[in-house]
Amino acid sequence: MDHMTVYLVLAGVFGFFMAWGIGANDVANAMATSVGSKALTIKQAILVAAIFEFTGAVLAGGEVTSTIRKGIIDPALLIDNPEFLVYGMLSALLAAGIWLVAATRMGWPVSTTHSIVGAIVGFAVVGIGGDSVKWSKIGIIVATWVISPVMAGIISFLIFRSVQRLILDTKEPIANSRKYAPFYAFATGFFMALVTLFKGLKHIGLHLSSWQNILIAIAAGIVIALLAKLYISKIKIDPKADKHFHFTNVEKIFAIPMVITACAMAFAHGSNDVANAIGPVAAIFSFVQSGGEIAAKSSIPSWILLLGGVGIVAGLAMFGHKVIATVGTGITELTPSRGFACVLAAATTVVIASGTGIPISTTHTLVGAVLGVGFARGIGALNLGIVGKIIISWIVTLPAGAILSIIFFFMFKGMFN
Amino acid sequence: MITGNIFSQFFGSSPVKPLQQHMYKVYECSKQLIPFFEAISKEDYEEVKRIQELIGDLEHDADVLKKELQLQLPKSLFMPVDRRDLLAVLKTQDKIANKSKDIAGIMLGRKMRLPAPLDKVFLEYVTQSVETSKQALKTVNQLDELVETGFSGNEVEFVQSRIKELGHLESENDDLQIKVRASLFEMEKDLNPVDVIFLYKIVDWIGDLADLAQRVGNRLQLMLAK
Repeated sequence: MDHMTVYLVLAGVFGFFMAWGIGANDVANAMATSVGSKALTIKQAILVAAIFEFTGAVLAGGEVTSTIRKGIIDPALLIDNPEFLVYGMLSALLAAGIWLVAATRMGWPVSTTHSIVGAIVGFAVVGIGGDSVKWSKIGIIVATWVISPVMAGIISFLIFRSVQRLILDTKEPIANSRKYAPFYAFATGFFMALVTLFKGLKHIGLHLSSWQNILIAIAAGIVIALLAKLYISKIKIDPKADKHFHFTNVEKIFAIPMVITACAMAFAHGSNDVANAIGPVAAIFSFVQSGGEIAAKSSIPSWILLLGGVGIVAGLAMFGHKVIATVGTGITELTPSRGFACVLAAATTVVIASGTGIPISTTHTLVGAVLGVGFARGIGALNLGIVGKIIISWIVTLPAGAILSIIFFFMFKGMFN
Repeated sequence: MITGNIFSQFFGSSPVKPLQQHMYKVYECSKQLIPFFEAISKEDYEEVKRIQELIGDLEHDADVLKKELQLQLPKSLFMPVDRRDLLAVLKTQDKIANKSKDIAGIMLGRKMRLPAPLDKVFLEYVTQSVETSKQALKTVNQLDELVETGFSGNEVEFVQSRIKELGHLESENDDLQIKVRASLFEMEKDLNPVDVIFLYKIVDWIGDLADLAQRVGNRLQLMLAK
């Protein structure tokens, strides 16, 4: 029983650390556009991000968490040595965490998701055997890493094209942006609510019919659209500002949908990335809870989702402001109209993935979305070198995470056995 | 833990502003030719020298801006415009400054004079050439709006009308050139033959200024068509 407490404490600490790292680094991408264009102050951005990351993690983070916990390896094969699962999950957390710190130091664009998946596969293959890995599921996950940026790119391209058609290319862009911005806000609210309701709320015991879900999502969309309309009506149009650059006022109006999509992105990020930290914790917890057995069926207790949510918020509060400021000054090219298109596309893609339980990289998805607007000739300059770097990081991260976790697996095995 | 965020690294620095700044410098440089020719016609060679130096400085500044922009355009950069078109615009803009410097340099070096009534037609001709590069600047200044709209819709039509206007200005400049040549031809027998040869050369170069400005417009047209 003593070991059990140690397992749980270690899992909690590692998981919290990982969530903290995610909060410190990755959240910035969602909020930086709003801060960079001064639609939000850094303090407001952190507050907003904290709220939506947390709700995303707690409300919609369940599916991906269970994939990480039991979707990648088959726990049934661990009946003989159930504690191997604990060693494995602990080493996966540690390996992914260390790899992330090292890679970030070197400036490599690695993703938390890829590290943790690589690490879990690594310990499973060596510690348990190649058969224990659900390779078909891994195939789907890896395919999604390619599909999600492409999908986000296509969506952002289409959103941006619609913005061109309805607003930017018209004779009265200011009037049209006032008119159409609430519709974009509606779409954002409706979609986020819909996916969350359909997929996320099972674990908090809410069971609604499809129609109820759709109605609630429509209501959520309308509320957000009305809020957007209210804030947009408060924006003062300064005709003088358009003298030098004709779209200054239009961009000012787009700040509102941009902030809304940033909230959606924080929500989506919380729903997907928090699982990387707490999925392994959940696996260890269910082992400890069942008294050393591999529980075939158990739901994720809310406190574990809370642990992830709090970890992200802690990281955000401690380091988030610095990262948001740095990223915000680096992406001034992403003006509100583009920021909104990219972030909405990425958030949509991520939320769908979260609903399906597939862990993807939110940052890479966002990069894909930006590329989509780039293809619509909407962004001044993009470094395509980064895309190559990302592909290399995919190829390197999986074996790196795997090797590290194998090392830690044997270390834990030696320590506890 | 806060190093190298890929998301921010993904954004390169846009070439639009630097290109506009370069064109502004080029325009400033060519604009000095107006007071320069005024000083020439007054035969105030101290003032001529001062403005020639100013033109040299502005040309140098433009050169620095050109090199900076060239350096920030690695091949891996993904832009809404073709990299080659952009570099071509930049090069053409730069040639306007170079030509202005050449004109000022040779006129100061040879202490050239513009006997009346030649001075009036020359001044009109130079002013019109400078006007053409001003129109080129106005057109280049529209590039950020083009990026904002993703090179489509009203903005494209607007820029195209500016490019058209640039073409008109250039053909007006051609007409003026014929006028200047005619006046010069009438006076040439009373002037020093070597001076006349160089005056013809200057007439050509001033025409080149307008030509280059129009070529900036043509290059921009290529960007729109992509």
